[in-house]
Amino acid sequence: MTEEIIIAGFGGQGVLSMGKILAYSGMMQDKEVSWFPSYGPEMRGGTANVTVIISDERISSPILNQFDTAIILNQQSMDKFENSVKKGGLLIYDPNGITRHPVRTDIDIYTVDAADESARMGSAKVFNMIVLGAFLKLKPLIGPEYMHKGLEKSLPARHHYTIPENEKAIERGKEIIQPKFLLN
Amino acid sequence: MKDIRLMKGNEAFAEGVIRAGCDGYFGYPITPQSEVLEYLAAQRADERTGMVVLQAESEIASIHMVYGGAACGKKVLTSSSSPGISLMQEGISFLAGTELPCLLLNVVRGGPGLGTIQPSQSDYFQAVKGGGHGDYKMIVLAPASVQEMYDFAKLGFDLAFKHRIQVMILSDGAIGQMMEKVELDDQVPRMTNEEIIQKYPWTTTGKTPDRERNIITSLDLNPVRQEIINRKLQEKFKKIQETEVRFERIQCDDAEYLFVAYGSSARICQKAVMLGRARGLKIGLLRPITLFPFPSDELAKLSKQVHGILCVEMSAGQMVEDVRLSVNGAVPVEHYGRLGGIIPAPDEVLHVLEENFINETMISESAAGGERKS
Repeated sequence: MTEEIIIAGFGGQGVLSMGKILAYSGMMQDKEVSWFPSYGPEMRGGTANVTVIISDERISSPILNQFDTAIILNQQSMDKFENSVKKGGLLIYDPNGITRHPVRTDIDIYTVDAADESARMGSAKVFNMIVLGAFLKLKPLIGPEYMHKGLEKSLPARHHYTIPENEKAIERGKEIIQPKFLLN
Repeated sequence: MKDIRLMKGNEAFAEGVIRAGCDGYFGYPITPQSEVLEYLAAQRADERTGMVVLQAESEIASIHMVYGGAACGKKVLTSSSSPGISLMQEGISFLAGTELPCLLLNVVRGGPGLGTIQPSQSDYFQAVKGGGHGDYKMIVLAPASVQEMYDFAKLGFDLAFKHRIQVMILSDGAIGQMMEKVELDDQVPRMTNEEIIQKYPWTTTGKTPDRERNIITSLDLNPVRQEIINRKLQEKFKKIQETEVRFERIQCDDAEYLFVAYGSSARICQKAVMLGRARGLKIGLLRPITLFPFPSDELAKLSKQVHGILCVEMSAGQMVEDVRLSVNGAVPVEHYGRLGGIIPAPDEVLHVLEENFINETMISESAAGGERKS
C-alpha cells in the first residue's frame, strides 16, 4: 500500500499541520511516511501545500506531481491541482469559496463543508481535523488509536487538552462528507 | 526501545550535532536552513551537553569562530545556505590551509546572487572544486534523506578529525524542509580538554614546558616550505580519494540505462527507476554519497555495462562533468536539470532518459533491421 496525497489551501488553514498529524499518525502505525511542504513566502499568507506519502515500503521520491488523493481547500489550489490527481483517484474539497467546481469525470469527487461545520462546532481551529476525518472515512489507512498517538506527538503538551475536541472533529468529518461525482 | 521521531531534515541535523558530542555551533540565520539554529536554541543544547550555541553577527564571523574553536581541537560547525556559504569562502580556504577539522552544512537554494529560497543543487562546483582560493578539497557528503541529515552530523565529525579536513554536508532546501522518520542514537559524550590534549597534540591548548609551541597558520612565505605543505595536502586528498568513497547502487545489477543523481534528485530518480521498471525498462541509479571523493571507479565499471547515462541535477550541469571524466567517453552521458528552484518530477526525468537513449535506440535498431523487445 502506498498513498500519495496533496493537501492544498491558504496559509493559516492548518494545511501543514493536518499533513503533519497524518504523517505522525502513520508513523505511529509503523508505516513509512514523508511530509514535503511548500515553504517560504507561501507560509506568510498565500497558498500553502504539503505532499504526504504513507506507505508500507521505503518511500522513493517525497516530491511528486501526480497524486492518489488531492485535498483542496481554496480556488487557487483547485486550479493548480485538479489535474494532478491520478486517473481513478480521489479529490476532496470544501466548496466554501470555490467558484469553479471540479469538472473531471475520471476520478471520484467528494465535498466536505468543513468551514461551515467548524463554525457550527464553535471553533475555526478544528476545520482541518474535519477535513482529515472526511479523508479517513474514504481512506481508512490509520486506526483511531494511532490518530490519537499522532495528535499527542505532533501537538505540544500545552495543547494536549484540545485532543478530544480534535478527535470529535475527525469523527464529524467522517459523518458530513458527501459524494459529488462517483466513477461507479 | 528505539527513539524514533518525525523530523525536518534541518532539525534532524541539529539533533545529530548535539548527539555527536559537538562543542560549538556558530551561525547566522538564512532560509531554508534557519531551523538548525532555532532547533539548537529551542532544545537548550547548551543545557543538554554544555555545548556553545551562538548566533554570530554575520556568516564571516561564524566561519572564523569555527576556525578558532577548531584550532583548540573542539568539534565545531556552522551552517548556512548558498549566499551565506559564499561569504564564508575566505574562511574555508584558511581552514583548508591550516588543516583544521570542522563541519559545514550548506542547505542549497537557487542562485546566483540572492536567487531564490527554493531548493537547488547549483553549488556543486563551489563545494567540490573549491569555492575559496588555493589547491584544496573538502570531503563533501550529500544526504538524500532526513535520516542521512542526522547520520552525517556524526559521520562528518568523525571524518573531519580522522583526516584533519573540513567536511561539508551539501544538502538542499527539499531535504532540509521535509519531514521523515528518523532513528536516533545515544548521546556521545563531549571530549574533555585533557582528552583533546592527549588525542590531538597539534591543537593550541596552552603550551606546557615539555613541548614546543603549536602554531596554527596558513602563512609561509618560503616557497620551498610552501610547496612541501601543498604536496602534503595533495597526498591527503589522494588517500581520501582511495579510502573514503561512498555511494549507493539502486537496481544497478542488470541495468542497461543509468541515472546518476545525488540528494533530492536521487530520490526523484529512484521513483523514476520504479516507474521505468514497471514498464519493463532496465534502469538503475547510482547515487554518489561522497561528492568528493567522487565514485569514479564505480562509474567507470558501470559504463562497461550500460548503454547510456543520464545525470540529473537541479543545476545547469555541474556533477555531469565529473560523470563524464569518470566514464571517459565509454558511453554517452547526458544531463538534465531544472533551474532556479524548480524540482523535476519523476515521470519528467524518466521521459528525458527515454527520449535520449531508449526511443532513439529503438529507431536506429529498427532502421537497421534489428529486433528489440520494448
